[in-house]
Amino acid sequence: MLEKVRRITTKIKHAGEEHQGMVHVLPVWLLVAVFVSLMLFTWATVAATSVDLGRLNIWIALAIATVKAFLVALYFMHLRYDRPLHGVIFLFAIFFVMLFVALVLMDTSAYRPELIEGYAPALGSQ
Amino acid sequence: MSHGGKPERPATAQGHPGKPRLGHHYDTYEQQFDSNKLGMWLFLVTEILLFGGLFCAYSVYRAKHPEVFIYAHYFLDVNLGAINTVVLLFSSLTAAWAVRAAQLGQRRLLVALLTITIVCGFGFLGIKGVEYSEKWKHGLLWGKNFDYEALRHGEHTGADDHGEAGETEDHGTGSTADHAASAPDVALADETDPSATGYVAADTASNAGEMSNIPASAMGPPGLAAAQMVTEGHGSLEDVPRNVHLFFGIYFIMTGLHALHVIAGMIAILVILVLATKGRFGSAYFTPVDLTGLYWHVVDMVWIFLFPLLYLIH
Repeated sequence: MLEKVRRITTKIKHAGEEHQGMVHVLPVWLLVAVFVSLMLFTWATVAATSVDLGRLNIWIALAIATVKAFLVALYFMHLRYDRPLHGVIFLFAIFFVMLFVALVLMDTSAYRPELIEGYAPALGSQ
Repeated sequence: MSHGGKPERPATAQGHPGKPRLGHHYDTYEQQFDSNKLGMWLFLVTEILLFGGLFCAYSVYRAKHPEVFIYAHYFLDVNLGAINTVVLLFSSLTAAWAVRAAQLGQRRLLVALLTITIVCGFGFLGIKGVEYSEKWKHGLLWGKNFDYEALRHGEHTGADDHGEAGETEDHGTGSTADHAASAPDVALADETDPSATGYVAADTASNAGEMSNIPASAMGPPGLAAAQMVTEGHGSLEDVPRNVHLFFGIYFIMTGLHALHVIAGMIAILVILVLATKGRFGSAYFTPVDLTGLYWHVVDMVWIFLFPLLYLIH
């Protein structure tokens, strides 16, 4: 079983190498396999909304969306077989967006409504 | 020795003689391709950060006012959003496959795949257009164009409290006096997930007396029929949170900007398609197909995140 997994991952890792020297070509089976996986994850994320896990729901949705985005980036956008620099650039972009959102959320969580009155009924006496 | 006033170009500006499409500032095709691809990735980073700013606005507003998001998600049709997701993912497949076809010099396949990608783009925009027109019809617009009056007249259960006394939700909405016209028109997006949200898929015959006086035939295509929000206690206007129009502001700017990117991508792919029909691309030169495909994948990735954040709110 483990041997089978190893064979499949090696097959994906070296997919397309038998073609022309300069350029790496993605085989059709890999493209279709990635597409099918994306469909499955889409179905999963829609199905997950019918399960009520409270605050966890949005994180599950975001996690599935992240997996889908990485499938698109790694295979459709060829990052797996490209120069590592491209992948590094992409990861930096993601990192900075996350940093941006995190810092802004930290800032907004420091609002002092007792000084300036706001309106946020869902947050109690915040 | 000028020919009719035009200065003579030095030989090096014409690139490498005998090597078409190799710029003079590059040594090899491979270097040119690498450099072009790197430049494209840097541009894509700016696109990611552009949408990142909007996602930031979404995050802040959702963190502070979750009640607005939970309420407003009733107005978005999950089915249409899911169909759009599938359409865009399929178009990503055909775009990636088109790159492969260009690399292998499969011209007819390349043209076919690029055409399918553009058709998928049209499909996406068509569904978006349907969604937008439904919202326009019901006054679910951004900012002060949001029609709270339509909600007021659409969601009365007729049963318990009507909430006319506490008109706390009357904010500068620019609501006009044509609620007589908008009242019959309040078919809301259907949440066709009865087990989860607790209300039944729209059965217009049974709720005709309750919610609206729209005849069943005028309810529109399936999936857009009226939702019975009354069973969840959202029947009266008192349950409408303040500032719902801000959710729609966020919704329209994010999906609108994304749709603009889809249109721009489709134009780019169209240009590539025309060039492909002329046989411009092959194993030696497929860069434009590759780079356009990259752009299209970023557009798809943005939608992959937009879909759960906007449509799959619980």
